[in-house]
Amino acid sequence: MANIPQKIVHQYLRHDKKFPHVWCAGCSNGIILGAIIRAIASMDLNRDDLVMVSGIGCSSRMPVYIDMNTLHTLHGRSIAYATGIKMHKPKMKVIVVTGDGDCTAIGGNHLIHAARRNIDLSVILVNNNIYGMTGGQCSPTTPHDAVATTAPYGNIEPDFNVCDLAMGAGASFVARTTAFHVTEMQNYIQASLEHPGFSLIEVISACPVIYGRLNKKGGAPQMMKEFKDNSVPLTAIDKLPKEKVEGKIIRGILRKEIRPEYCAVYADLVSRVTPNNGGDK
Amino acid sequence: MQEKKPSKAPKSPNATKAKSAAAKPESKLSELQVTRERKTVIMQGNEAVAYGALDAGVNFFAGYPITPSTEVAEILASELPKRGGTFIQMEDEIASICAITGASLAGAKALTATSGPGFSLMQEGIGFAKITETPCVVVNVQRMGPSTGMPTSPAQGDIMQSRWGSHGDSPAIVLYPDSVKESYELTIRAVNLSEKYRTCVVLLLDEVIGHMRESVRLPDMANVRVINRIKPTVPPHWYKHYDENQKYLSPLASYGDGYRFHVTGLTHDAHGFPTNKSVEAGDMMDRLRKKITYNIRDLVQIESHEMDDAKIAIFTAGITARAAKAAIAMARYEGIKVGLLRPLTIWPFPDDAVRKMLRNVDTVIVPELNQGQMIREIRRLTKDKSDSNVVAIQRVNGQLITPNDILRKIKEVS
Repeated sequence: MANIPQKIVHQYLRHDKKFPHVWCAGCSNGIILGAIIRAIASMDLNRDDLVMVSGIGCSSRMPVYIDMNTLHTLHGRSIAYATGIKMHKPKMKVIVVTGDGDCTAIGGNHLIHAARRNIDLSVILVNNNIYGMTGGQCSPTTPHDAVATTAPYGNIEPDFNVCDLAMGAGASFVARTTAFHVTEMQNYIQASLEHPGFSLIEVISACPVIYGRLNKKGGAPQMMKEFKDNSVPLTAIDKLPKEKVEGKIIRGILRKEIRPEYCAVYADLVSRVTPNNGGDK
Repeated sequence: MQEKKPSKAPKSPNATKAKSAAAKPESKLSELQVTRERKTVIMQGNEAVAYGALDAGVNFFAGYPITPSTEVAEILASELPKRGGTFIQMEDEIASICAITGASLAGAKALTATSGPGFSLMQEGIGFAKITETPCVVVNVQRMGPSTGMPTSPAQGDIMQSRWGSHGDSPAIVLYPDSVKESYELTIRAVNLSEKYRTCVVLLLDEVIGHMRESVRLPDMANVRVINRIKPTVPPHWYKHYDENQKYLSPLASYGDGYRFHVTGLTHDAHGFPTNKSVEAGDMMDRLRKKITYNIRDLVQIESHEMDDAKIAIFTAGITARAAKAAIAMARYEGIKVGLLRPLTIWPFPDDAVRKMLRNVDTVIVPELNQGQMIREIRRLTKDKSDSNVVAIQRVNGQLITPNDILRKIKEVS
């Protein structure tokens, strides 16, 4: 991150158009947007061949600020729109920015099926454990017992482990990090963009204004500190005693495997059935 | 869900290879080329839709199986890969409308086909395609509802849903064929209009037209008029995704063309960026409306049958119009002056044409397979006539309105 000067980050923003942004003070979305830009800049990708697709929610406001092909869609449907774009123009790199409610509640079906197909999308799931934009309702990743405006006595439901869900559905690249671990986040985003197949990066993020206040987490610095203290890298799990791992956020690349990618498989099908091109020779 | 017919089943790659090694490649594709040489073939309405889509240049289909529209997906699953197009079976109808909208923004000509329950699920996505002015076509082979209803029985219950289904005010272009041949023609027209007007166009089919087989002779490709969206010619920094102009038809860039535009379902300005300013919001809504109202002559198509001296007019679309034609022949034989007005474009509603054509008519009969949808529009346009002069024939029990039903009503009012 240090090797990407701030000036370059600015080149990737539509700073003359749509700022100031809509996010609250202390929100992690800006940090995540910065990491995405630095990952893209360090890979030297052509912006004309990049698409960012999002759904509805705080993090889904991200596309408007970044200078590339951008699509801000319906609640929960970002992955379905992204599938259409990717299938028609497989050479484009498609980044999906989505939130926990957007991706795992209303959009859960699209998530698991895109993961099953192993279509080459880079899904960055910004998990702030709450519906921020509508004012703090509980989401499928709101921890058990945490308070939300629609769970005023504490959330009685168990929460999703999003990475396990994606892996169970067949995602070929799955990673988890937090908004505190910025370099790690940038590296994972870069790895996911390089990975040929469905990738999901869960970024645990801070919503100090709504989730933080409802659950007495302190301000943004305290929440960031909690991410730092309360998470362990996957590589260190074996070395640490059990009590130091339990209940912690596990960071790391949880899965990275090469499986046939959907667009490539489809291209193969096309060449097989096209009369003057493939198998009919 | 129906069993796949053996003739439609895609051949296994090995079988294709073995066969084609022996002779020149013979496939559904070459059969179609034969039909293009004006050979008359027996064809289903759904097949005609699929071949109409292909001839219109559709190269992207995303859909979900649902009776009675499934044949469209089945044929395109077999045909699109052969032409380098994309077929994808999505996880539901919501994903289907989203995928075709995304593909269209990337430059594809995209279509999906569904029926009642799926059409209901797609409504939010249809609204998104309309507000973002993204071309796409939704074929709705209507079945009897509400809910699961009677999946293999006809009804014309989606006339209002195809106009008002999505929340908020939005433009609507809805076409309604009455035969297999016209299903082919109006599919091409639907794709053309979607490209020209940058909106989601709906093609309503009756279940019986989707499944009915008729002999048709498809036109040579040389006689098929295909309209493609206008591409921008300005440099990227001048590009406005919703460029203002007199006819409200502005060029459309695709993702990957170097224009790097923003698309949002939020109320947006001419560049596509979200706005809360009431002036810009009002402009956007006006633009959506005027796109239709300024071009209504191009959009409206209406068939007038035996109307010259008619004192009784029948106003109806789709399969019911065919029953009406038979009834008119019988009534005319008995000397009753009756004619038919049949809209091929049901939305925007052909107000002026209908008002003009009904001027000299005493009575209008509106037969429809629902509990009174189209008749509301006719009542709105015939305020000069008393209620008893606008007569309904309505049936929603899975059965069609027969020529005799209509003839009986003609005699009643004549």
